[in-house]
Amino acid sequence: MNDNEHSHTISVLVENEFGVLARVSGMFAGRGFNIDALSVAPTTDPKLSRITLITHGNDQIIEQILKQLNRLVDVLKVVDLSSEERVRRELMLVKIRSGNHQEKIQKILQAYSGNLLDQEKNIAILEFVQEHDKNNEVLTQLGDFEILETARSGNIAMQTGKKILAT
Amino acid sequence: MKMTGAQILIQGLKDEGVNLIFGYPGGAILHVYDELFRHPDMHHVLVRHEQAAVHMADGYARVTGNPGVALVTSGPGATNTVTGLATAFMDSIPLVVISGQVPLSMIGNDAFQEADIVGITRPCTKHNYLVKDVRDLQRIVKEAFFLARSGRPGPVLIDIPKDLQLHECDFIPYGDVEVRQRRQNFTAHRGQIRKAWDLLKESHRPLLYVGGGAVLSKASVELSQLAHMAQIPVAMTLMGLGAFSGVDKQSLGMLGMHGSYYANMAITDCDVLVSVGARFDDRVTGKLSEFSKHSRKIHIDIDPGNVGKSVPVEVPVVGDVKCVLKELIKMAQDDADFLKEYHRRLKPWWEQIQGWREKAPMAYDQGPKEITAQYVIDTLYKMTDGDAIVTTDVGQHQMWAAQFYKFKEANCWCTSGGLGTMGYGFPAAIGAQLARPDKKVICVTGDGSIQMNIQELATAVEWKTPVIIAILNNRFLGMVRQWQELFYDHRYSEVEMKVLPDFVKLAESYGAVGFKATTPDEVPKVIGEALKVTDRPIVIDFQTTLEDNVYPMVPAGGAVSDIVLA
Repeated sequence: MNDNEHSHTISVLVENEFGVLARVSGMFAGRGFNIDALSVAPTTDPKLSRITLITHGNDQIIEQILKQLNRLVDVLKVVDLSSEERVRRELMLVKIRSGNHQEKIQKILQAYSGNLLDQEKNIAILEFVQEHDKNNEVLTQLGDFEILETARSGNIAMQTGKKILAT
Repeated sequence: MKMTGAQILIQGLKDEGVNLIFGYPGGAILHVYDELFRHPDMHHVLVRHEQAAVHMADGYARVTGNPGVALVTSGPGATNTVTGLATAFMDSIPLVVISGQVPLSMIGNDAFQEADIVGITRPCTKHNYLVKDVRDLQRIVKEAFFLARSGRPGPVLIDIPKDLQLHECDFIPYGDVEVRQRRQNFTAHRGQIRKAWDLLKESHRPLLYVGGGAVLSKASVELSQLAHMAQIPVAMTLMGLGAFSGVDKQSLGMLGMHGSYYANMAITDCDVLVSVGARFDDRVTGKLSEFSKHSRKIHIDIDPGNVGKSVPVEVPVVGDVKCVLKELIKMAQDDADFLKEYHRRLKPWWEQIQGWREKAPMAYDQGPKEITAQYVIDTLYKMTDGDAIVTTDVGQHQMWAAQFYKFKEANCWCTSGGLGTMGYGFPAAIGAQLARPDKKVICVTGDGSIQMNIQELATAVEWKTPVIIAILNNRFLGMVRQWQELFYDHRYSEVEMKVLPDFVKLAESYGAVGFKATTPDEVPKVIGEALKVTDRPIVIDFQTTLEDNVYPMVPAGGAVSDIVLA
């Protein structure tokens, strides 16, 4: 990222129809914008889905991203949460070779409110739910272990207080 | 009442006021064609290539303002529409294209004549649909027309699987069909319009920079009223030609890469630039950092995505051009005393413009021997009193037509401005002629371009459309040759049309009329003869100067003020 580029978390409310994700990701690809992370799931209203996008760029690029998202017919609402008070969380699963260091693992789990989801012989799967940057910290802490794989959802986010994402 | 998918589709088209469609049948759309057979009031133009069907629908749309409709089969039928869709998408032209698809159960199986046309056309349509349930079809058809027409218009594609065309469901009267509500932004913020007027009032050297949005919004009357009230000069983009009368003394004609010297100097030197339905395209701005750099800018556009995309704007006004101009006119009317003072203030600006006009008027030199392309356009212009509908392909002939045919009104000019599609002009002319049988329609084309859709001569003969196809034949892909001459040191790489058909014989073989002009004095003669024909297309082969260049010219990547005059 250059100096004038910033990471942005964008929430998008869309019609819950096939092809909508392709329209959104296709717009990014076609115009040369980047997607750093993306998650999508239906809302409590089954006709609608919520997409959370992490992207980066300078102010002009972010403005274009917001405008071009708004142009898509299936997009009902777009909010750049970076300019709002919000909470953000990412789910991260980490598979490690735990060896004989159960104590150290327990310490890390405690420090970051993680869970041990699975333990088979000396292979463990750990779960962490916190901000993306905090999860990066966990990976540093796990540096002594062999990390076999990670799966991360990317941040999802929500405005604090009474503000909601609705049409 | 129960209806099949095919019946619902045809009824849906009728409910939208469609009585003319352009198409080509095939396996996956057979049920729709069978239904069409029962509707003699729904006219169908059988084209010779699906690309031409979409361009015809596009020409129809540009001269009427209503969505054009094309009907094709799956697979290659559908993929052949892509260039037509992309052409319409770039120029914001309302179209509804309907394609057949393989049966629902076969989708994804690499079935015969299967193509994922919804996937293929996603980036070149405003929206598209794959219908998966016949109960959705009525809503989708109504939505498609709504989307094609509304906001910033554009093409919409509906893909209908073959079996679904026979599925039955209850038919709902048109008025009761519910369309999902979409956000629309027609009425601009009044405060922004006020800011625009206040900024304009501060100007000493204002310029109206008018694009295709003014044509799409049908804003000619308002534009003319505002321009005349405030006595502001008007320059138009390629897409905006006709939105303001080209013969009005306030018109500076076209600006941009091959625009007039005076329009380009005016946009360089103005102090307040009002963009009216234009989008600061690279062919207008030239080198961005040098573009109109002393001006404060007002940008009126219905698409917020256009505003601030390439040029920073001081006063953005997001809304329908016609509505915004109406508001500006009201504000001007309330400022009558100011306007008198303003007219005096603009005098030096008009004198400066007059100086530029005298320095480099749009002119050409027609000698006794070779026919110049400009002379052909000028003669066409004079002999049709400037009242014809003109379509073009892409290249030198397109620029000469834009420079020398002065349009008095909007919706008389069909050209592929954004995508630059060779092969567009002739089918567009047929579509325009069928929409406007009362008008003379001329397709100005080149010896390269015309060959890209020349098969439509059969369609034009069948429908007795007296379109004049004026081929400016210089035996080169002229614009590419011009660039190779100027920027590649005369290395003419693959631009010579070494073999060309005898266009007269070719026309005659289709049952059309063919003429050829080789000397300047033959030009008005053959045009006169062509204008007498009323029941078939006329091909005129104008043998023009081989290596002429289009000027003025802003070199690619250069500043607008670097404009080269000859």
